[in-house]
Amino acid sequence: MSAPIQLQPGETFILNVGPQHPATHGVLRVKMEMDGEYIVKAETVLGYVHRMHEKMGENRTYAQYLPNLSRLDYLGALGYTHGHVLLIERAAGIEVPERAEYIRAITVELNRLASHLFWFGCYVMDLGGFSPLMYALEDREYILDMLEAVTGARLTYCYYRFGGLYNDVDDDFIEAANRFIPRMRKSLKKYAALVTGNIIFQKRLEGIGHISAEMCRKYGATGAVARGSGIDFDVRKNEPYSVYPEFDFDIPVYHECDSMARFKVRMDEMEQSLRIIEQGLAKLPGGPIMAEKKPKNIKLPVGDFYQAVETARGSFGIRIVSDGDKNAYRLKLRSPTYSNMHLFDEACEGMMIMDALAFMGSLDLVIPEIDR
Amino acid sequence: MGGYFSDIFNGSKSLLIGMGITFREFFKPIVTVQYPYQTIKMSARFRGHIELIADEEGKPKCVSCGMCERACPSGCITLGSVSVEIEVDGKMKKKKVLSKYDLDFTKCSLCGQCVENCNFGAIEFSKEYNLASSNKEDFHFNLLKRLEERNV
Amino acid sequence: MSLTVLNVIVAVVIAIGFAALNAAYLVWAERRGAARIQRRPGPNINGPFGLLQPPLDGIKLMTKQIMIPGGADKILFMVAPVLAMAPAILSFVTIPFSETIVAHNMDIGLLMIFAFASMGALAVLFAGWGSRNKYSVMASVRAVSQNVSYEIPMLITAITVVMITGSMDLKVITNAQAGGFWHWNIFPSLHSPLMPLSFILFFICSLAETNRAPFDLGEAESELVAGFHTEYGSMGFGLFFMGEYANIVIGASLTTILFLGGWDCPFGLFPGVWWFLLKIYLLIATFIWIRWTFPRTTIYGLLNLSWKILIPLSLFNLLLTAGLLKVF
Repeated sequence: MSAPIQLQPGETFILNVGPQHPATHGVLRVKMEMDGEYIVKAETVLGYVHRMHEKMGENRTYAQYLPNLSRLDYLGALGYTHGHVLLIERAAGIEVPERAEYIRAITVELNRLASHLFWFGCYVMDLGGFSPLMYALEDREYILDMLEAVTGARLTYCYYRFGGLYNDVDDDFIEAANRFIPRMRKSLKKYAALVTGNIIFQKRLEGIGHISAEMCRKYGATGAVARGSGIDFDVRKNEPYSVYPEFDFDIPVYHECDSMARFKVRMDEMEQSLRIIEQGLAKLPGGPIMAEKKPKNIKLPVGDFYQAVETARGSFGIRIVSDGDKNAYRLKLRSPTYSNMHLFDEACEGMMIMDALAFMGSLDLVIPEIDR
Repeated sequence: MGGYFSDIFNGSKSLLIGMGITFREFFKPIVTVQYPYQTIKMSARFRGHIELIADEEGKPKCVSCGMCERACPSGCITLGSVSVEIEVDGKMKKKKVLSKYDLDFTKCSLCGQCVENCNFGAIEFSKEYNLASSNKEDFHFNLLKRLEERNV
Repeated sequence: MSLTVLNVIVAVVIAIGFAALNAAYLVWAERRGAARIQRRPGPNINGPFGLLQPPLDGIKLMTKQIMIPGGADKILFMVAPVLAMAPAILSFVTIPFSETIVAHNMDIGLLMIFAFASMGALAVLFAGWGSRNKYSVMASVRAVSQNVSYEIPMLITAITVVMITGSMDLKVITNAQAGGFWHWNIFPSLHSPLMPLSFILFFICSLAETNRAPFDLGEAESELVAGFHTEYGSMGFGLFFMGEYANIVIGASLTTILFLGGWDCPFGLFPGVWWFLLKIYLLIATFIWIRWTFPRTTIYGLLNLSWKILIPLSLFNLLLTAGLLKVF
């Protein structure tokens, strides 16, 4: 609902949304120049949770850097660690056993599901509906319990190792995951009826927060934001890694470019994740979970390495420039929400504040991941 | 005009469907755990802070090689050892004995690299999760002392 | 004369007691109900079923310091919570709970309640303007525009009922519906075939009038922090909170009187205050149920709903009823 605004100079006021605001889910600050309820100009201000993760990567050995990566995006942490181990394994030439890769794919997809569930609940809460959050958290709890039984942690996992995994999955995990899949499918139907079909919800999202494909390319937006704008890009399909080519799954793409499209992309992605988990559990091969030949102290050859993975929020890239030492000469993290967030400044001009915050929720921002 | 009325009709229908779902949820059992009164069993692989493992004599298994100290990403483990002469098969031998094992849990990120890097199986994760204090010093654990306390 | 004065004083004290008790325990009921919908137990520590929670909350709120933000308009800031609570209590005076239990029945009881209900908007405006907070100002402006646009369909629907009954006296309106549920205004009669519709219209409007979800734009905690009472703490906040719940009771009572036959029993048996209470608490349960199901509407969605759907429909209903009354 963007309306043309005719402004007299000096008729606006500045509204500070955040850094402690319920809708920003963290410590993002948005400086909004407002004309009544309409936003004239918005400026996102970052830096409240900056922890120098890139610099830490340059001072620590590659193995010591592992726990850092799960602290970027605390909702979908496994995807980020996956990128790091894939890069190091490729650069150092470590062969990963197939079983380990399958388990990685299964756990990453479970984690993606947990992340999307949390986003779904919080997003509906942003719009004022509180109960779906509790239903989503209940489903998420099953995933967290499963992952805790395998990895030992509930949120900030440190599970993958160079060449394999920290420990193997047991039969309990496989059984629990198999039980979980039909349960989750039932829940997704419930969410579709309770939230997606709801007229109030539809009216709040449809046509709000238009982001064209061109704008996505300009800002480098990835993930559900780009796929909601009609860009068919998913790292799992376009630059396949790990064992993803062996799974049969679809990439949901919507062309409406509005908040509803982004919402639907994520809801469909949950179903696709379930499909991947189902196939992974069925195909799970036996064998070791750790590479047999693995150097004790990993040193990368001199060079420049990059690995992109599809995390819950979009394409996450990690680049390491190595000078042959035990730690990186330069380490760069390309976090997806950093690019996605910058769409907000441009796209929310002329919106009402409630639409703008509904739009911000559809970008699925996790602030520690933006700030790193 | 037809769209106007069908909008109202479909909208009202979707609202009623939503209310039906919450109505059904109302009669389902409670799923939460009443935390201080009920607790759940921690999973076998739960990673709490580390603890030393004792051998048969109640002494720590640790030989103070310092692998954990070097592997730790945050530098939260401090080891100390003293050389003592002990009699083995009638001969005096020098042996390193652990004299200090401090864990600064405020820095620990629970990655588990210390346990993984230990070649002697001398440290393990505790299942302790009720760690809360307003005093920072409460998180500086003297693991040797804790081991002695556990033995008693 | 003095006896009448005494009567009124006793009635007002009872009204305050009833309003305060309701406000306190409706918060408890809402928290328990919401918790059950979300499959958690809700407040259950203090007392059996957490029944001691409301008085303890009250003690907590009353013992807190009243903070007035720097630069706030002190008078408006202090007046606003009182203004939110007082009209709600005054409205109770004229609500007939049964044939005999009514503090002071008036010929124009309906009009009086609507007059007091409009003062709620003033309290919100004072609070928003007085607390010198941008979020509060935006919220209060929203709440006022919402109240203005929802009072119109609400009044038109009420007028339809008044036309059928021929009186604004709430007692007369109730008595006109006596003698079994088929006499209630909610069911279509010869003169007003669209009565179920106007019941729904009135219900939606009373949701919006009391600033309840999905129309809680004045609070909108995920957008405007806490809306018009962002800056209020201690009992100032408590009064707003109690005022909200007292307004809910009044909205439910009014709906009951206008459409559900007041204290009348569905089958003509044992009419009395218990039927009235049963009906209003069922309506309040629906309020709570709705709140914990739906997301919030937008301000323009809300105004569109009022001006494009509710007002045309209620006007149509009014004209139809007027025409049918003339014909038959």
